[in-house]
Amino acid sequence: MAAESNEINDMTSETEATTVETSLETSTPAVATLEPVKATTGKLSAQDLIRAFEADQLKSDLPEIYVGDTVRVGVRISEGNKERIQPYEGVVIAKRHGGLHETITVRRIFQGVGVERVFMLHSPQVASIKVERRGKVRRAKLFYLRDRVGKATRVKQRFDR
Amino acid sequence: MSIGILGKKLGMSQFFDDTGKSIPVTVIEAGPCRITQLKSTSTDGYTAVQLGFGDIRVKLVNKPAAGHLAKSGEEPLRHLREYRVDSVEGLSLGSSITVSDFEAGQKVDVSGDTMGRGFAGLQKRHGFSRGPMSHGSKNHREPGSIGAGTTPGRVYPGKRMAGRYGGKQITTKGLVILKVDTERNLLVVKGSVPGKPGSLLNILPAKRVGFKAAN
Repeated sequence: MAAESNEINDMTSETEATTVETSLETSTPAVATLEPVKATTGKLSAQDLIRAFEADQLKSDLPEIYVGDTVRVGVRISEGNKERIQPYEGVVIAKRHGGLHETITVRRIFQGVGVERVFMLHSPQVASIKVERRGKVRRAKLFYLRDRVGKATRVKQRFDR
Repeated sequence: MSIGILGKKLGMSQFFDDTGKSIPVTVIEAGPCRITQLKSTSTDGYTAVQLGFGDIRVKLVNKPAAGHLAKSGEEPLRHLREYRVDSVEGLSLGSSITVSDFEAGQKVDVSGDTMGRGFAGLQKRHGFSRGPMSHGSKNHREPGSIGAGTTPGRVYPGKRMAGRYGGKQITTKGLVILKVDTERNLLVVKGSVPGKPGSLLNILPAKRVGFKAAN
């Protein structure tokens, strides 16, 4: 069992590494292509300027998250002057938007009550995100989990990611 | 100290502040604006600075405008705006005003033309409530009564009715600058500003009635 979980961890870390690489590759054009789009005026288009503004705020170290995954989110909480990181673990039941505006909805059952939190992935309040378990689902939105209790809320694990 | 600047609305985005809060922002490409004219009490009776902004093809500038612009530089400019100042000291013809005059945290007033909505009804234009859409009602989006009967025998001036809506200049006041990007000439302002992306904006240091400006 332990060996198996290790294997999964290795796999996830591998995928994380690859995703970081790919995300860097994909994000670099947004940051680096500050070459003029209009060759005649030598100016950047409005879209490019906004993309460049947003690119400065993007996190580069996010793991690839899919709907159905079980994730552990480190939420930054400041009480007075103290700041601490509170973990929140649950199933990703929805992903919304893209780029800087990307959010995930994480559902968990806490003391018998279903709790859903929406996290902005690129927000500084989200200190860390770790994928604990990959889920095998056939929907982009897992809202059907809201109507289920107990054993029926389980999501099948998948090992190919 | 900033006197004002002309800019172009690029669109809206979001910005995370120090506490991690997501703030809706408008990204404005402002300046560099060339000083095209300096007005003084001796020649004009008041002191002001005229700024020019925006590209335009040489062909589209008529001769009087071209002659005026030629006094301050080579490039033709699309828009000219005047800003009243106490004195024109330290400002020279042909030099440019950039976003570096502004700083993060400063409050500004942003004016521009709102989106034109054409001939709009009362719900859209004045926020009236509508009538029932069903149950035999035929009073869907009608104006209702516009006044009493024989007395006064007329409709009072200023009665809100349907008509052209939008496409007028308005000023959004007291917006906070969150970020100044001198490299890309960007001002990032909290909240929304009038107009569509690409529209001309006039950005001035915030004017508060009853308060004297700092300095």
